[in-house]
Order: sequence, then C-alpha cells, then structure tokens
Amino acid sequence: MPLPNLSVNIAGLRLQNPVMPASGTFGFGEEYSRFFDLNLLGAIVVKAVTLKPAPGNPPPRLAETASGLLNSIGLQNPGLEVFIREKMPFLRRFKPPVIVNIAGKTLEEYVELAERLSEVEGVAALEVNISCPNVKEGGVAFGVDPKMAAGVITAVRRRTPLPIIAKLTPNVTDITEIARAAEDAGCDAVSLINTLQGMAIDVERRRPLLANVVGGLSGPAIKPVALYAVWRVARAVKIPVIGMGGIRTATDALEFMLAGARAVAVGTATFTRPTAMVEIIEGLREYLHRNNINDINELVGAIKV
Amino acid sequence: MSAGVEHIGLICSNVEIGPGAYLMEISLPEVALRARPGQFLHLRCGEGMEWLLRRPLSVHDVDKKSGRVSLLYQVVGKGTSWLAGQKPGINIDVLGPLGRGFSLPPCGGKALLVAGGVGIAPLFFLARELLGRGVILKFFLGARTRNLLLRLEALQRLGIEIEVATDDGSAGFSGPVTALLEKSIPKEKPDIVFACGPRPMLAACAGLLAGHHIPGEFSLEERMACGLGACRGCAVPVRSPEGGATYENVCTCGPVFAAQEIIW
Repeated sequence: MPLPNLSVNIAGLRLQNPVMPASGTFGFGEEYSRFFDLNLLGAIVVKAVTLKPAPGNPPPRLAETASGLLNSIGLQNPGLEVFIREKMPFLRRFKPPVIVNIAGKTLEEYVELAERLSEVEGVAALEVNISCPNVKEGGVAFGVDPKMAAGVITAVRRRTPLPIIAKLTPNVTDITEIARAAEDAGCDAVSLINTLQGMAIDVERRRPLLANVVGGLSGPAIKPVALYAVWRVARAVKIPVIGMGGIRTATDALEFMLAGARAVAVGTATFTRPTAMVEIIEGLREYLHRNNINDINELVGAIKV
Repeated sequence: MSAGVEHIGLICSNVEIGPGAYLMEISLPEVALRARPGQFLHLRCGEGMEWLLRRPLSVHDVDKKSGRVSLLYQVVGKGTSWLAGQKPGINIDVLGPLGRGFSLPPCGGKALLVAGGVGIAPLFFLARELLGRGVILKFFLGARTRNLLLRLEALQRLGIEIEVATDDGSAGFSGPVTALLEKSIPKEKPDIVFACGPRPMLAACAGLLAGHHIPGEFSLEERMACGLGACRGCAVPVRSPEGGATYENVCTCGPVFAAQEIIW
C-alpha cells in the first residue's frame, strides 16, 4: 500500500501535513527548534506581530484552571521591524510555509502590517487576528461584529497578494455569521477558535488570579466548544477551516478534521509536551494506514451525522 | 534534537521534610553534570487524571557522582500536590536545566545568601558552589515559624555561618529575615547578596542593597507555561536599558535577575 497522503491545501498553500502551531504558543519558532525539526510541520504560525513593539500586560498573566489555561499576555512582541529583521531570517531556513499573525489597533494598522509583510521574502500567508481578547484596542473588537470583520478583511485583501486567514473569536453569539462575513470580504481561509474569555479568582485574597482580571481560556477544557464551532463554520463557508482549541492528540486532531477542518493547530498542548505536534502528525499517518485511507482529505467533514 | 533538555528521570526519594515541604531526588545524570545554581527544571505533572501544565522547580542540589538532582518544593496547588504523591521508582518527565542561573564570582570575596521559606531551594546549591570557590559566605534563613526553617541542618553540615529569623520568634531572631540582613550589612560589608523568597521580602532586600550600593542577584518565581520563552506568560517588569520599563521572561531571561533590574 502506498504511503497515505497527508498533504492539504489551505488558502492556496500546499501543506505537507495538516498540523501547525497555534499563534502565540510557538513564539517565533526558535524556542521549539531545539526539540524537533520544524521542517516536519505543515506550516509555521508565529506569534502575533503588531506595528510597534507591544510590552504586553502586567503579570500575573497565567492561571491554570481545570484542564485549561487562562492567559492575558496582551500580544507582547518586538514589533514589525524587529520581526522582519531578527525573526524572519531564522524562519526562512525552513520549508513549511510561514504564516504571520497580524494584530492592529486600527484598520490602518492592519493594512500597513499587510503591506509591509507582503514585501518580505518567506512570508507565505497572513493570519488576521481579529480575535485577541487581551488587548484594549483593536483585536477582538474587529471580530465580534460582522461588518467590522468584513471591513478589516476587505482592506487587507486590497493591499496584499498573500493568502489571508481570518482568525475568529468564539466570544460571539453566532460565529458562522462572522465567518461568512470574512469569506464574503475575500479571505482565503478561517482559523478558529481563539481563546474563550474567562476568569479565575483567588478566594483567600479575594482578587482575580490574572492582573488583567480576565483572560483567554485554552487547553483541553475548551475542546468540545471549539469542535462545535468548527463543525458549524465548516458547513457555513466554502473556504477551508483551520480548527484549533484544546487539541492534544492525533485523535483530537481527527475529531476536528471529521468536523470539517482542513487543517489543525496545536497550542497549549505544546507547553506540556514540546513534541506534541510531531506525535500528532505520526498519529494521523498511523490512523490513515490502519483505516486504509489513501488521502487525509477524505476525512475532512466526513462525520456521519 | 533536544540538545539534552528532554529527560526521563527515576525518582529516588520524595520525602516530606517540613510541613508540606518535600525534598525529591531524581536520577538525572546529564542534568546533574550540566545544571548551574539558579537554573530550574520544568516537570510534567498530573499524568492521567487531569491535564496540568508543567511546574518549574529550582535545582536544589546536584550530586555529579551519583547523577542525582534534588528539588525542594512546598505543596501549594494541584501540581505540587501531584508531585508530593509520587513514589520512588516512578519515572518523571523533565525539561532542563532551563533558565539563567546565578553568576558565580571567580573566587574569594564575601557573599550573603538570604532565603525566605522555600526560597532556600536554589540557594543551597549556590552555597555549595560558592564554598568550592573559596567565597566567604554567610546564610540568612528566614521562615514564618521554626519548623519551616527548611534544610537548616543540611546547611549547618556545610559548615557555614548561619543566622536564623522567624516571624513568630520561635527560633533565632524574631522578625523578618530582611531586618536581620539590615542589621548585618554594615558590619558584614558583602561584595554581593543572593536571595530567594516571597516577592515582598525580595523587594525589601532590593531596597536595602540599593541604599548600600551592594549588588544583588535574586531568583524569582512566576506562573509559567512553556518555560522556554515562547509564550511570554511568566513576565516580570524590569528597567529597560533606555530607562523605561519593559517585561522580561522569568524562564529565559531569569529566573535569576540583578536586584536593581527589577521593578518591584
């Protein structure tokens, strides 16, 4: 039997397999390159880049909850110029497409980020972050209203030839409405879900565990919610869906693909097991082999309801 | 691929040495050889029942000959509770040694070491290394009460001068260890002060040292996720070279920082 095909097409990019890191959990790639060869990944998704350096939120920024992790990092990053100058040369050494997550405070900032990054060698696609719950300006404000979401995507679409992926927040009444608006505005794929807003309280001190009071919840705790969102969105749009939210194992990844995701992203699990993504890729290969499936694309949306 | 960072270590012992405080010995020959005082290990916790993040613990001591690394921890939550339940003979998944440790003075000189409670964790290893370098040292060990003066006997066995402080006066000086330090600095005239303990204690130490123009190196604790600098979760506010404020990762820029670098 020939080796099963793991490659998928997302937004005009051919990924050798459907597994990539979730933005924000993988730094700019260097941190995990001592654990495995980044060439094994389907794509490399880097931490959100903002126009100017962003200091991030005051600590504590993390709180562990039942099978979950609350964070309020606040998009800490060295800014566009440092990213291009100091982070891209490293990322260009790898074969998988580099997807850069961009976050703006204003529409103009998204556009400027997109324009500048379009000229940078090695940037394969942009993930437009309209879903960060931890910044005061921009971020999720663009992702909770279909008109605002469409506005950002339309503006970015006009200024970049790169494929664009809209990263969606689950903190909305109807995520399919935002996904459709982003699709109509010309984005090439959607990725979901970003973190769910949440909080945790230290009862002895009667204070929130996060200095920012609220944060975004990730990890296994959110997987069923994420899976449901992916299932709904995959049926509502024609563009590919990148599914994420609590994926730890190949079985988790398969659930997302059966629910309609063409690719998956792994985030919080990597903190516990730095090689989680590599194990998931192997697990997918093994599943295909065991089930006599030649092409992983056959599984996308193949849930029998 | 991992450049010696990923390890599976066999737990050799895991003993409660004070109320809720445990000393765990793990067989990790490579770590024992490479770890420097102040570095930490990132331990995978909660296998099975519940998903948990790793827990960062300072290297408490190493024995290069036996290949054992010891960790000292206080049970404070789910992760440390899980650790406390692990029996000898169990394998544990460890990343490390990680982070930047204390800078070791070449040789000679005088150092004061100040520990508050379980803050002795990284300072024991440091004390042994400093002794080996002929540094004259004095140890200030503080705790809430007598039976929380962890590893006092082990410190005594090192043959170093020790002063003890307890908040309730049940042993040694009655009051915070920082008050003891304050009294001692003028007569000890140390070249450097190393400290680890609760944040308010460290802030007080930093203030004292600034007043006397004595350099200090403090080991900080912060909630941590990746431990590798990727997630930016374990931020600490520091003075930037330009004079402003910025955040650094405790995991990769620390856990040891210059006292005057931190914005308390």
